[in-house]
Amino acid sequence: MFDDFFNVVKLRFNGGDEDEVPTFKCPRCQSPVPMSRYEELHRVCPNCNYHGRLPARERIAITADKESFREFDADMISCDPIDFPDYTEKQKELRQKTGLNDAVVTGIANIRGITTVIGVMDPNYMMGSMGSVVGEKIARAFEYATENGLPVVLFTASGGARMQEGIVSLMQMAKTSGAVKLHSDNGGLYITVLTDPTTGGVTASFASLGDIIIAEPKILIGFAGRRVIESTMKQRLPEDFQLAEFMQEKGFVDMIVERKRMRATLAHLLELHGYKGKEV
Amino acid sequence: MEEKKTAWERLKLVHTKGRPTIRDYIPLIFNDFYEMHGDRFYGDDKAVIGGIAMLDGTPVTVIAQVKGRDIDENKACNFAMPLPEGYRKALRLAKQAEKFHRPVICFIDTPGAYAGVAAEERGQGEAIARNIAEFMTLRTPIISIVLGEGGSGGALALGVCDELAMLENAQYSVISPRGFASILWKDAEREEEACNIMKITAEDMVSLGVAESIIEEPLGGAHNDLDKISENIKEYLLCKIPEKCEKDIDVLLKERYTKFRKIGEFTE
Ligand SMILES: [Zn+2]
Repeated sequence: MFDDFFNVVKLRFNGGDEDEVPTFKCPRCQSPVPMSRYEELHRVCPNCNYHGRLPARERIAITADKESFREFDADMISCDPIDFPDYTEKQKELRQKTGLNDAVVTGIANIRGITTVIGVMDPNYMMGSMGSVVGEKIARAFEYATENGLPVVLFTASGGARMQEGIVSLMQMAKTSGAVKLHSDNGGLYITVLTDPTTGGVTASFASLGDIIIAEPKILIGFAGRRVIESTMKQRLPEDFQLAEFMQEKGFVDMIVERKRMRATLAHLLELHGYKGKEV
Repeated sequence: MEEKKTAWERLKLVHTKGRPTIRDYIPLIFNDFYEMHGDRFYGDDKAVIGGIAMLDGTPVTVIAQVKGRDIDENKACNFAMPLPEGYRKALRLAKQAEKFHRPVICFIDTPGAYAGVAAEERGQGEAIARNIAEFMTLRTPIISIVLGEGGSGGALALGVCDELAMLENAQYSVISPRGFASILWKDAEREEEACNIMKITAEDMVSLGVAESIIEEPLGGAHNDLDKISENIKEYLLCKIPEKCEKDIDVLLKERYTKFRKIGEFTE
């Protein structure tokens, strides 16, 4: 059946050159999906339920009430703390290419009328790696939420620390975790939504500190990379290793929620913690 | 201090056989060390030791990463790469210290947290994150000292503190120079070059606001005079611990938060 589908699509979409329809090839089931259909499903494969990587703006659009999002620190850009060769130029190029200023977008929005501080990491920007800007924006978002008695919802997606910023990137783990801790000690609710992939220094800091930790299905969650582990252990790892379901089995994920139910789930959870709409 | 060494030369020094480890230092810096075992959840990780000791007249909690001095010791302590239970033991002892108003002294000496199946299954990321968050608000003074290698999040899990000191040749980095070269340049052989541009020396840490002090090593490195380097570490602690203990704890916590809060370089 798979093959049939594959062929149909191939015939239909790869037939001509001029009116070729842009196609998404699912990395899990390999089936091609017309890009328009894939985008309409918010980047979920209709065939195997693969939850693809969602750009930050698209995530905000499907999470927040229409027109309710107000961005924080939109113009913040990174410097070059260890004078890493070409880092500044690379950043400039990436900003143009992605339309993002760094790997996280933060702000305030309503989710079904409930005022919430939200942050969304974007793996399209240097694999969502955490440097000075990600650290600062996340810390500020939590501080704002603490001051205003607001909940925080963070969508994580990151390869870890941004090595091009050296030790400064490592320190962002302390900066963000500290801000999370103060928000928590102040009684604030923090919901983490782990999305593909959440690894390294982000897993070892704010991503693991949510009061409630949600994950999208089958996404990658881990501290060390699979290849690193395979090379130290000198063995192949099972397919499901470090997937959301595996991490839930091991006790590190509260619930696995599909993208189409995410907004409703978040709204309910916020509501049952007593949060409401608020003039801020 | 002697003529300035490159980061690479210092890395070689830190890896010199005979570089003192925490097991060498404890009897020379402290009296009456009572080692405490286990995280009360899973096991007792040998890559982290901790316990209660006397620093001259003051009871303190000591938490340290353990390097081996030979291959057998290294096998026993897993080359100083802690498992989650090592970090959870550290947190347990830190909480114990908080309860009994003892200052905490952390000695960092690790290439990084252990990367393996067991570590992932037991939540390496969660264990490190928890320590970082909890140490940030621990209501007792914390001093951390990097003895040799401060590798990545595995080091930071013992590195949230009121003041960080580096031994003169010690290094602190987001990833090992080898890992850095292999990931960013796809060429692990460029390790030396990576080491020299990564800004990982004690002086770099002070200029980036990560460390406050550098503890001088004897000529040629710590291994040349164990008594001297132990004396220097002890002297540093005897100066800093009373200073931190005298501070109002809420002021101390605010300063601790600010220390990390202000690290980062951006424009807006
Ligand atoms: Zn698929």
